[in-house]
Amino acid sequence: MRTYWPIVLVVALLAVVPFVTTSNVVLNFLITTLLIALVGQGWNLLGGYGGQYSFGHAAFFGTAAYTTAILQVQYGINAWLGLFAGIFAGSLVGAVIGVLCFRSGLRGSYFSLVTLAFAEVLRIVSSVTPITGAGVGTLIKLDLRPEAFQFQSRVPFYWIVLTFVALSLVTVRAAENSRFGAYLVALRENEDAASALGINTFAVKLAAITLSAAITAAAGCFYAQYFLFIDAAIAYGPWISIDALLAPIVGGAGTLFASLLGALVIKSLGEATKLLTGDAPGLDLVIYGVVLIAVVGLAPRGVSGVLTALFRWPFRAQPEGGNG
Amino acid sequence: MAESLLIVENVSKHFGGLLAIDKASFEVRTGRITALIGPNGAGKTTLFSIISGFLPADDGRVFYDGVDITTEPPHKRARRGVARTFQIVQPFAGLTVRENIAIGSHLWQRNRAAALEAANQVAFSVGLGAQLEAPAATLTVADSKRLELARALAIAPRLLLLDEVLAGLNPSEIRDMVPVVRELTARGMTILMTEHLMQAVAALAEHVLVLAEGRIIGRGTAQEVAADPLVVEAYLGRGAARRITAGSTHA
Repeated sequence: MRTYWPIVLVVALLAVVPFVTTSNVVLNFLITTLLIALVGQGWNLLGGYGGQYSFGHAAFFGTAAYTTAILQVQYGINAWLGLFAGIFAGSLVGAVIGVLCFRSGLRGSYFSLVTLAFAEVLRIVSSVTPITGAGVGTLIKLDLRPEAFQFQSRVPFYWIVLTFVALSLVTVRAAENSRFGAYLVALRENEDAASALGINTFAVKLAAITLSAAITAAAGCFYAQYFLFIDAAIAYGPWISIDALLAPIVGGAGTLFASLLGALVIKSLGEATKLLTGDAPGLDLVIYGVVLIAVVGLAPRGVSGVLTALFRWPFRAQPEGGNG
Repeated sequence: MAESLLIVENVSKHFGGLLAIDKASFEVRTGRITALIGPNGAGKTTLFSIISGFLPADDGRVFYDGVDITTEPPHKRARRGVARTFQIVQPFAGLTVRENIAIGSHLWQRNRAAALEAANQVAFSVGLGAQLEAPAATLTVADSKRLELARALAIAPRLLLLDEVLAGLNPSEIRDMVPVVRELTARGMTILMTEHLMQAVAALAEHVLVLAEGRIIGRGTAQEVAADPLVVEAYLGRGAARRITAGSTHA
């Protein structure tokens, strides 16, 4: 059945890029693309597979970024420990939002709006509380040592974010092959039918949002280490929630490589727009909007849906292979 | 094992000012097929939803295998062995027939491959063997009903609640389906079914309950309830029983 070899192939291909080019422009582009792919893969698990459309994944991203930054700056904690603390804090926020939303039975657009509200509340709170640096933001001290999760070159950063993406792909594939994944898809398709078959939909959704938050939180920690600066607008801003859902939807929500494909498409489009129009403010968002409408209208199963159709076309007559 | 697998005791349900179920009490005997019939709007589906946990009862109690399950959520009842089908079919539309059924098998089988394998067998037993890889959304009405049944069977239930599994089928499809349902009791299942078609009820059910305006107004074998003037009036209107008997003596 489903195996891990496509992940190995894709990750191996991406891993050799630094041997081909060490251009900062290329690496920077790929690092931000992989960062968005990671953020989006978290969303993909909950939204794509589970059908719970969050508009507030910034809540997990920002909490993780702030946690790791504040632990380093205010408490002198090692950055690698901060990474784990950040992921833990992000998942905790996911679990809390999950309990509150799913206990009260919020579904569909109500869930989406409440998650958006949580992210916005966190943004406002973090822009005024002293511990986050309030309006000034938090600057992580430059300390270019691997022990401090900081590097001279972009290459180690690239490999680290690629490792995170690889882990997220493996996690999602493992979910696909498990009962948990099957239950998640079942409740996306029909929640009543799912509970009639003995599925504790609350528990499955709670597990999904916690895992989803953990993946997106890893991206938040990485962001803080890579840019060494965060403020309320970066950490909890709507941009991250939008990228989180745009990437997997463009890529084909509910499929393994959705977020990676989608991130490549939207980041390439973003760069192309900048080349064509200069830095006209807001134009990239206009392009995003047009792309989203085009994808939903013309290819509702996203880039991977189109690719699958193209790939399957010559093999259509073949029966499905055995287990594997 | 208890003589009655399911006991419904004085269950009532209001929707605003409407009394949908009025102190309904009945038992479903273990290993038998019991049918719940009644005119449209009698409250059959409401009663089903209360028994399966999708609607809370305002009053009264539901016992399954001697345990009070009145306040348990649907998934806990399913884990005890209570399966239901939906009158309006509720497939996992984006999944294949086999994946749909495997969701049910997963209740007792954690392993994905084994659950899919178990789903194959259930699919064949209800006559969906040829459509294993078909997306559920593409099935005909008859096959969608079969899928409803297959998914419920996949959890290996002891009590099966069938909500109009024959509705919308043509006569030949019904002829195919009746033995499938009858065969289930041979496998040790207890069945409570709602049905419009008296023919099918007469062919299947050993015990019939008649629900009208939220009250149980008759019980007995299919022949007994069909001859009950109260039941005839519930279906055809007040005085109908008298007119029919009068008509038959005149003719």
